[in-house]
Amino acid sequence: MKNYLKLSVLMLAFAGILVSCGGDNKKEEKKEKITLNQAEPVKKEKKTNKVPASKRVDLDNKGVGPITSVDLPADIDKAMAAKGKDVYEKMCTACHKVDKRFIGPAPKGILERRSPEWVMNMILAPERMVREDPLAKDLLIEFNGSPMANQGLTEEEARQVLEYFRTL
Amino acid sequence: MKILNLCIGLLAAAAMMSCGDNTNKKSSAGGALNSSAAEKVYVAPGEQDEYYAFISGGYSGNLTVYGLPSGRLFKEIPVFSQFPTSGYGYSEETKPMLNTSHGFIPWGDSHHPDISQTEGVTDGRWVFINENNTPRIARIDLETFETVEIIEVPNSAGNHSSSFVTENTEYVVAGTRFSVPVPQQDISIKEYKGKFKGALSFIGVEKETGHMDIKFQLLMPGFNYDLSHPGRGDSHGWFFFTTYNTEEASTLLEVNASQNDKDFIAAVNWKKIEEYINNGGGKMMPSNYAHNVYDHNSHTATSTMKKEVRVIDPTEVPGAVYLLPTPKSPHGCDVSPDGKYIVGNGKLSANLTVHSFEKMQEAIKNEKFDGEAYGIPILSFEDVLAGQVEQAGLGPLHTEFDDKGNAYTTFFISSEVVKWKLGTWEVIDRKPTYYSVGHLTIAGGNSREPDGKYMFAMNKITKDRYLPTGPELEHSAQLYDISGEKMELLLDFPTHGEPHYAAAIKADKVAPNSKKFYKLSENTHPFAAKSEAETKVVREGNVVHVYMTTIRSHFSPDNIEGIKVGDKVYFHITNLEQDFDVPHGFAIIGQNNSELLIMPGQTKTSVWEPKQVGVWPFYCTDFCSALHQEMQGYIRVSPKDSDIELEWSLGEDVE
Repeated sequence: MKNYLKLSVLMLAFAGILVSCGGDNKKEEKKEKITLNQAEPVKKEKKTNKVPASKRVDLDNKGVGPITSVDLPADIDKAMAAKGKDVYEKMCTACHKVDKRFIGPAPKGILERRSPEWVMNMILAPERMVREDPLAKDLLIEFNGSPMANQGLTEEEARQVLEYFRTL
Repeated sequence: MKILNLCIGLLAAAAMMSCGDNTNKKSSAGGALNSSAAEKVYVAPGEQDEYYAFISGGYSGNLTVYGLPSGRLFKEIPVFSQFPTSGYGYSEETKPMLNTSHGFIPWGDSHHPDISQTEGVTDGRWVFINENNTPRIARIDLETFETVEIIEVPNSAGNHSSSFVTENTEYVVAGTRFSVPVPQQDISIKEYKGKFKGALSFIGVEKETGHMDIKFQLLMPGFNYDLSHPGRGDSHGWFFFTTYNTEEASTLLEVNASQNDKDFIAAVNWKKIEEYINNGGGKMMPSNYAHNVYDHNSHTATSTMKKEVRVIDPTEVPGAVYLLPTPKSPHGCDVSPDGKYIVGNGKLSANLTVHSFEKMQEAIKNEKFDGEAYGIPILSFEDVLAGQVEQAGLGPLHTEFDDKGNAYTTFFISSEVVKWKLGTWEVIDRKPTYYSVGHLTIAGGNSREPDGKYMFAMNKITKDRYLPTGPELEHSAQLYDISGEKMELLLDFPTHGEPHYAAAIKADKVAPNSKKFYKLSENTHPFAAKSEAETKVVREGNVVHVYMTTIRSHFSPDNIEGIKVGDKVYFHITNLEQDFDVPHGFAIIGQNNSELLIMPGQTKTSVWEPKQVGVWPFYCTDFCSALHQEMQGYIRVSPKDSDIELEWSLGEDVE
C-alpha cells in the first residue's frame, strides 16, 4: 500500500514536471527528469533517529503466536541443533543467509536482540506477527515489504532451528 | 422507470395475495419474484456454500467446480484439454496425461461426472468423467482437485453412456454411443449390420488407490448406447443402458434411427459376468490403449500403452444380458434411489416409461421372452413395465430423484422440469427452464441417498437471460428449491463450456480433506531443487536442465549465462513455499508454450528453445507478494558457436 502511495506521489510529480517543461527540447527534458528524480527522494526523506528494526534490541518482547515460553538450558543440545541446521537449510535458506542480510535478516546473533519466543513465533506465525507485533511490522518495512514465508514448520522443528541459531 | 417497475411488482404481489390458494403451503407462485428466493441463495461475504457442484465442461473438455446455493464458480479443473492457465498438458509432467493410441490429443469433450460411492452413498473421494470423442475416462482426486488418471477405452467410439459408478465404486462404466467394427478394420460402411459392435466397458476401480483397469468389455449388437446407470439395493449387480438406432442405420440417423416403435434398455448382470470371468471366461483381444497416471509425489504423469483387453460375447454368458423394450429412442436411463425402478425417457415418446426391476426378475425367471436380438433375449414390454407418466411434456431427457419418493424429469422441447411421483406416476408440479434444458442434478442423484434440497437444470440455450456477449453465450443454469411440494426457481447462473451432467455433494464430505499444499519433503521429482543449495544448471550436449526454485519473491538462479541458440532448455521449477495459496508462475519471452503455475512444494517443467541471440527476461506470472513485480530474471542467449561458459547466480551484489 505504502509503495503504491509513494509511486503515485512520484508519478504525480513526474506528470507535473512534464507539463511544466513544455517539451521544446527533448534532450534537455531528459536530463532534467534525471536530476529532478534524484533530488526528489532527498526532499521527501524524513530523517529519524530511530534505530532500524533489525538492529533494535528487545529481549522482553515474546511476540504473538503459539509460543509463550521457551526454556533455554545453559548448554546447547548439539543433536537438536544439528536437526535444526538441516531444517534451516531446507526451509529457510531461500531467504536467509547465516551471516549476512539477504532477502531477510541473518540469524547470526539473533538471540542477542530477540527473545527465543519471538524467534519461534516469527517462524511459526509470520502472518500474525507482521500484523500484530510492532517490531515484526517494522522489519517487514525495513526489508522492502518482503513477507516472511510461513514454511509450515512444526513447533518441534522451529525449536530445533532455534537451537541451531544458538550455535551461530 | 423504477416507479413503473415497483408498481408492476406491487400489482404482482397483490395478485399473488388475492390468489389465496391454501393448498400451496409455500408461496412458490412468486418464484424468483419472491424476496425469500434471494435470501435462499445469498451466501454472505466470507461465508461458504453448503454444496459443491462438479459441472462438466462439455466441449471445454474440463470440469468446473461451483458452490451451491450461490452459483459461484470456484475452479476449472483441466481434464481432457490443455489448460494454459496452469500449464496442464503443456508442462513436461502433464503432457503424458493427454496421450492416447492416436498420439497426443489436446482437446476433449467431457460429459458425465459421477462421484465415487461407498455403500451406495457418495463418499467424496473421486470424481469420474468421460471423454466422448476419443473415448477415455478420467479420475479426479478430490483431495487436490486435480486429474490424476486417464484411461483410454478401446473398441469404443463416442463414449457417451459413461462414466457412472456402481454402489461401492467396484466399476466405473463406459458404453459406446457409436458402434464400430471390433476390432477396427477396413470394411465398407454398408456392412454395418451385424459387423459393427457396441462395446460396454466395465472399468474396475482399485479400492484404496482408485486406479482404473478395464476388467471386461461386453461386445453388444451394433446399436447406439446412449446413457446408463447402475442398479442399487436389490438391483445392485446390474447395470442398465438405453439404446437407440436399433435399426442399425449408418446414414441419416435423424430419420433412419427413428423408425422403430421401441428401442431397448439393455440390462446387464455384471456379477454374472464376473463369475464367468473368474471361471476363465472371455477372450483376450489384442488392443492398444493408453493408461495415464499422475503421481502426487513426483508431480509427474506416466503413460503406458496397454496391449490387450478382455472381451465378452454376451450370448456365451446365459442370463447376463436382457433387452427391455422401451419406446422411441430413449435417452436418459435413470434408476430410483431404492433400485426398484428404471426410467427410460423416450426422446420421441409422449410418455415416460418406467420399468420394474422386480417384474423384470419375474419375467426372466419365467423365461417369458418376446424374441431375441443377435441371441440376446428380449423381454415383453408389458411384463416389465411398472408404469408410465402420461403426456408429461415434450422431449423427455433425464430424471433425478429426491429423498421423498419423487422424480424430476427434464423436457427439452417444452423447456421444463416436471416433478412426478414414483409408484403413482402422477405429475405433481412443473416449472419452466430458460431455455431447453438438458440434464438436471440433485446432490447425491445417482445414489441411494439423494439430498432433496436443491435441484439445478443445465440448459442448452441462453438467449436473453444475461447481458448479451455477442453471438456466443455461456450456457445458463437454474437453481430450484425442491424442499417443498412445489419447485421454486431461486437463481440463474452461467456455466462454462457446455455442461452435460453434473454431480453435487455436501461440502462437508469434501472440504475437510482438501489439501492445502504439497509437502516439499515428499517431493520425489527427479529434477526438483528442494532448497536453493540444490539449484544448478546442467548442460548435456545441446540440452540444458535448469534446476530453479521460487519463493516470495525471487527465482534462484535469476541470472543465467552460457545458453546458446539451438539449445533445448528445460526449466524445472520447484516452488519452495510451504503455505496455503502461495503459487508462483513462470513465463519466459518467446516461449512456444504456456506458462507454468506451480503450487507450493510442486515441481513443474517447461521447455524453451531460444531462437534469437540476446538477453531475455523471465518473470513470475502470479501476483505473489508486494515484491511480485521484482520477481524476474535474465537469461543470456549467445550464438550457437559461442564459447561462453554456463554460469548462474542469484543476488551476488546483495550486501
